[in-house]
Amino acid sequence: MSHSTSPLSVGVFAVFVLITLGLSVYLGRRTRGAKGYFAAGGQIPWFVNGVAFAGDYLSAASFLGICGMIAFYGYDGFLYSIGYLAGWVVALFVVAEPLRRLGKYTFADALDARFQSRGIKLAAAISTLAVSIFYLIPQMVGAGVLIQPLLGLPHWAGVVIVGAVVVIIVVTAGMASTTWVQFLKGSLLLIFSTVLTILILNRGFRVNDDPAALEPQTVVQTAGGERLINGSATGQLRPVGDVVKLPGDVKETGPVGPLEFFSVISQSEIVLWGNSTTTDDQGTKTITYQPEVTPGEEVLRPGKSPTFRGIRGDALYPKIDFLSLMLALFCGTASLPHILIRYYTVKDETAARKSTVVGIATIGFFYVLTLYMGLGAMTSGAIDVSDTNMAAPLLARTFGEALFAIISAIAFTTVLGTVAGLIVASSGAVVHDLISAVSAKPFTDHEKVRLGKIAAAGVGVVAIILGILFQDFNVSFLVGWAFSVAASANLPALVMLLFWKRTTWQGITAAILVGMASSLAWILLSGDSFSKIYGLPAENALVPFSQPGIVTIPLGFVVLIVVSLLTQPKR
Amino acid sequence: MGGFDHGPAEDRTFQPAHISARNARYGLVLFLIYLAFYAGFVLINTFRPQWMDVVPAAGVNLAIWYGFALIVVALLLALVYGHLCRGRAGDDEVPASLSQGGSPSGPTTEAKP
Repeated sequence: MSHSTSPLSVGVFAVFVLITLGLSVYLGRRTRGAKGYFAAGGQIPWFVNGVAFAGDYLSAASFLGICGMIAFYGYDGFLYSIGYLAGWVVALFVVAEPLRRLGKYTFADALDARFQSRGIKLAAAISTLAVSIFYLIPQMVGAGVLIQPLLGLPHWAGVVIVGAVVVIIVVTAGMASTTWVQFLKGSLLLIFSTVLTILILNRGFRVNDDPAALEPQTVVQTAGGERLINGSATGQLRPVGDVVKLPGDVKETGPVGPLEFFSVISQSEIVLWGNSTTTDDQGTKTITYQPEVTPGEEVLRPGKSPTFRGIRGDALYPKIDFLSLMLALFCGTASLPHILIRYYTVKDETAARKSTVVGIATIGFFYVLTLYMGLGAMTSGAIDVSDTNMAAPLLARTFGEALFAIISAIAFTTVLGTVAGLIVASSGAVVHDLISAVSAKPFTDHEKVRLGKIAAAGVGVVAIILGILFQDFNVSFLVGWAFSVAASANLPALVMLLFWKRTTWQGITAAILVGMASSLAWILLSGDSFSKIYGLPAENALVPFSQPGIVTIPLGFVVLIVVSLLTQPKR
Repeated sequence: MGGFDHGPAEDRTFQPAHISARNARYGLVLFLIYLAFYAGFVLINTFRPQWMDVVPAAGVNLAIWYGFALIVVALLLALVYGHLCRGRAGDDEVPASLSQGGSPSGPTTEAKP
């Protein structure tokens, strides 16, 4: 399915970028010193910080990925919404206040506050970089994926544009400009998601009784490079997303209420699409999209998607895999370095606490809306059967070009905000933890800021290169990796430091390194990696299920306790 | 607009240690309440997914009620925490017991959106 380029969306996006850059340059003139650059001087008002949490946290994976998954498989995408939001409870109740009290610039600061150990700084810096890079890759690839249909530019152009704009945002005013960009993005995302949801409810549902809506679709790619879509070289995939039966056999419902929305779907019949790929002897690849009329009640319950189908079976490992993922999402949020450093931008513990409450309110509200937007896309008659990521923008298009342009531009800004936060976190870790740990002499304030800017540009270039290299990979699962690695490496150290007096620096260092190495190794040996990265059969995997959290998070705690007990200081 | 100035801040004094300890205890109790609520959802989905098809009210199934409740309860507990931790007259005294943290938040786990 091709998407015509919309000049309006190019215009809206250009305006967003100009505002963002203007704001950064303005703030750059007012930002002074390392504290100003890396932590916005600790002067961000708590409400702004709370909305910036939403702008930082709600990445392209949340907006495009979750809406797309719900549009194609129903409730299962919402499981991610729930897990991502639940993690904030850990951030508020366990981490927020002590972190603000203990640290200054980076996550390692807080861990190291009691010990002044190079080991902790090095280990925490490496884990910050590993987690941030995993998180960066899908964002950058997402930018490339978005720019093709929206602005008509090639993949690499999207990656380079995002990389360049973000580096400018970060280099001009560091955390100050990053925070305000995230505040802007978070506000826009919430406002327009609300608008979209109101429009969906107001439109209600309509039956599509055209029999063509139930015909399979094919994409044939010959070895010679010829491409036939639905049997024709000039053919296009039909837009999908149809309701074929409504309760009471009415043709349309008119406006529905927020709960009625679900009860109507549960009594309707909806066309979902499966796909299969075959390759014949001559190397001709055929992708067949097969319609499946599905009772609405099946759409509103968990276990429909390939990812979570296992929870409805009898086998044990798919169930453990699901438990492991939900555990990693719960524990991961409060372990993500780019989220944790946001606590240093407010003045004290009270502000840290209040901003987290605002964060939970805004992020939670957005995640409630994902269910309406996803199901709205599923029944909009406008989605692209070959591209789950485009569901939300295409849903917006059914309400007019203007909304499409705005939602597309917001999706792009979404990438900017999250990438900026990741780059600040990584460059802070490089300067304050990595270089400081290995360098003999302490740096002046001015040197720190200069090094921070160089590191930010360096990370930006790495992000651009990775975004281009990973173009052809399905990268959405990398966000899951980031959560698993963050939870396994960082959470045990953070929690035990706060709640166990006998924790030693050796214990923390070992827990971070073992948590990181074990979760990474598990991931690389898993069925997901075998099938999605190496192109090997998933059955050959060396670990029984793909999500490491349920094994490696407890492992981090055990390692910390054992090593700490072995290295107790002599009294 | 003060928030736009990002110069170095003066060194701040943080809240007294016993207030931090009190807040941490409140946080732990509220965390455990939410953990139980979240674990219930995950375990039902894993081992009794068919329970999620039950329709308790308004033609909407348990999967959606429970999912929305997890979001709403997170916010309610966050507000309870904010309320418990607010500055107040008795801040110089160490709170007597944990029960203050547990009881007001108990009923909220039953809340529906």
